Amino acid sequence: MATETLTLGKALNTGLRRALENDPKVIIMGEDVGKLGGVFRITDGLQKDFGDQRVIDTPLAESGIIGTAVGLAIRGYRPICEIQFDGFVYPAYDQIVSQVAKMHYRSGGRLSIPMVIRIPFGGGIGAVEHHSESPEAYFAHTAGLKVVTCSNPQDAYVMIQQAIASDDPIVFLEPKRRYWEKGQVDLDAPLSDAYPLHSARVVRPGTDVTVLAYGPMVRTCLEAATAAAEDGRELEVIDLRSLSPLDLTAAYESVKRTGRAVVVHEAPSNIGLGAELAARITEECFYSLESPVLRVTGFDIPYPAARVEEEFLPDLDRVLDAVDRTFGW
Amino acid sequence: MAKGDPGGTTRSRRAAPRSKKGAAGDPALVQLLTPEGERIDSATGPDGTEYRVDFTDEEYRGLYRDLVLVRKLDAEATALQRQGELGLWASLLGQEAAQVGSGRALRTQDMAFPTYREHGVLYCRGIDPIMPLGLFRGVDQGGWDPNEFKFNMYTIVIGAQTLHATGYAMGITIDGKTGTDDGEAAIAYFGDGATSQGDVNEAFVWASVFNAPLVFFCQNNQYAISEPLERQTRVPLYQRAAGFGFPGVRVDGNDVLATYAVTRTALDNARLGQGPSLIEAYTYRMGAHTTSDDPTRYRIASEVEAWQAKDPIARVKAFLEKQQIADAGFFAEVDEQARRESVHLRERVLEMPNPEPVTMFDHVYPNGSPLLDEQRAKFSRYMESFEGSAH
Ligand SMILES: Cc1ncc(C[n+]2csc(CCOP(=O)(O)OP(=O)(O)O)c2C)c(N)n1
Ligand SMILES: [Mg+2]
Repeated sequence: MATETLTLGKALNTGLRRALENDPKVIIMGEDVGKLGGVFRITDGLQKDFGDQRVIDTPLAESGIIGTAVGLAIRGYRPICEIQFDGFVYPAYDQIVSQVAKMHYRSGGRLSIPMVIRIPFGGGIGAVEHHSESPEAYFAHTAGLKVVTCSNPQDAYVMIQQAIASDDPIVFLEPKRRYWEKGQVDLDAPLSDAYPLHSARVVRPGTDVTVLAYGPMVRTCLEAATAAAEDGRELEVIDLRSLSPLDLTAAYESVKRTGRAVVVHEAPSNIGLGAELAARITEECFYSLESPVLRVTGFDIPYPAARVEEEFLPDLDRVLDAVDRTFGW
Repeated sequence: MAKGDPGGTTRSRRAAPRSKKGAAGDPALVQLLTPEGERIDSATGPDGTEYRVDFTDEEYRGLYRDLVLVRKLDAEATALQRQGELGLWASLLGQEAAQVGSGRALRTQDMAFPTYREHGVLYCRGIDPIMPLGLFRGVDQGGWDPNEFKFNMYTIVIGAQTLHATGYAMGITIDGKTGTDDGEAAIAYFGDGATSQGDVNEAFVWASVFNAPLVFFCQNNQYAISEPLERQTRVPLYQRAAGFGFPGVRVDGNDVLATYAVTRTALDNARLGQGPSLIEAYTYRMGAHTTSDDPTRYRIASEVEAWQAKDPIARVKAFLEKQQIADAGFFAEVDEQARRESVHLRERVLEMPNPEPVTMFDHVYPNGSPLLDEQRAKFSRYMESFEGSAH
């Protein structure tokens, strides 16, 4: 078994390479994905090895990227579209929501759009405006789209390949602040045996409070769990991985044991993922709950200036604060 | 330069090269000052418009001063970023003439809509160069009152501002502020990459259809991050205008005189009610896309060197020297002023305080919102709970 230590970014790069090798219909398109290898180097070296017909530097137009990818998909290709930053997906929003998401439905099931829309998302890198957004709710709210996000190199490597192999259009959110974090990646395990793409996973078992997170916040919550353990409190951390569809089997089971749940995401709280999670957990686990489901999120403001993003973003202390509050009911 | 009729037959036909006074090797390029510092009396645009400038010695020296200052302040910002004092910087190195030429062509009443790179235009508007640095330092959103300065906020989302400029220009028309010498006009800045965006093409359509008093000023610096011009277009960009029904012209963007002349004419035509036009300022991004970028991955040194020989400042200096418009004392004095202003800028950047975290809740809505009032209050209580602790 060949395991290697890779950064999350390199794991994605390796997963993309595998997909290009395994299926001639897979193509990558986006701004600066060729020679530059993308601004985060996630497609580094791929154009050199697979040519500019399969790794395509597109004109600077996001609606064009997604719209032409629809046409390529209709012709049998499996396009992987890179959106350079979260804040630049909106020019493509119409294509994604009105076209990509509905093609299968409108064709009465005759047509599939096996497209992956890769978006580096979230904050924490000290960037200027439009480079730190968390747009997951916009997509998760749209029927016909699936939305997933990875939190570690192993998942990144596997999930990107599963997303490419899927016949659904998938918005694949990459936690950009975690691109440089390293982890062990098993490069040889067959994809067919892999943990299912749309399943959540318990990443740390615990008995006192269930903490639900995804993408960049998983690490934050694991750190909170370590800190809580020192105080004698065991947090069970669940990495949701799939934001649409949500897999809450493990969450329900967990909350029924712990009686307490905290949901953590960077995106603002208002009408967000956390609200959906709280509602579903409340419905399913009502008689087990010792406290309301609490949300730890970004605030309902535009993403603020870099020098205050630390206060905007949920961190270990805010997670622990919410954990404490679940004991105050 | 008359507005092309929507049928697009008459004006665009004349786009055939008029080589007599154009730059050598590129007849379409309007140029009034060669890279060697030779003055060309007048140049003819593709639609037959004659371009010339008639500056006093004082004015020539003023343009030189602008160019040097703008470059120096930009270099200072790059240095500040390297030292960790700014999060990012988008340098204008190489594009000084395109920005000073067009910026100085604006009249007081004209309104500009910049991208994130128009520090030189900002300077020419008489705006304190510190203004955009809050955005790049990460201490604020970089905001100012666009109407106060007649200079919109920087726009990072590629192309979006061209529609804003178009709407603003439509407002000028509705207000009846065109048709006279002292009428108003607007100018929209954008890059070669931006020309691919839907927004920019929609702006072309709207400006044309509504005869908006607007100048589309495209700085073709040959790259959109790593992607060369050929990835955005198969025709010279200025020729795109014809298809939308207004005139287009390509100017040597490293020639401050020609850029001034072309922009002044386009703005004046706009303010007189003759509608929009497109200027393609042909230039080169000498530096990285931003301080985060590594251009060695996608372009070769010899290309950069070739453009180095067309430097926008060196040619003005050569001209001033040859014509004995300025002497060594003048050049030294300008350098000294540039040094002083950049030191002053640096000092003030270092003093820019970090914002109080609670201010992030300000200005989301003009009259506040109950949700945010509640979040702000909770946030304040939460922050206070740490006081005196190790945090
Ligand atoms: C809608 C959108 N997509 C992508 C980006 C990322 N981006 C920032 S600058 C840039 C290239 C812009 O090129 P160009 O228009 O030529 O302007 P230049 O930077 O060369 O001045 C890109 C792709 C963005 N800011 N906005
Ligand atoms: Mg450019």
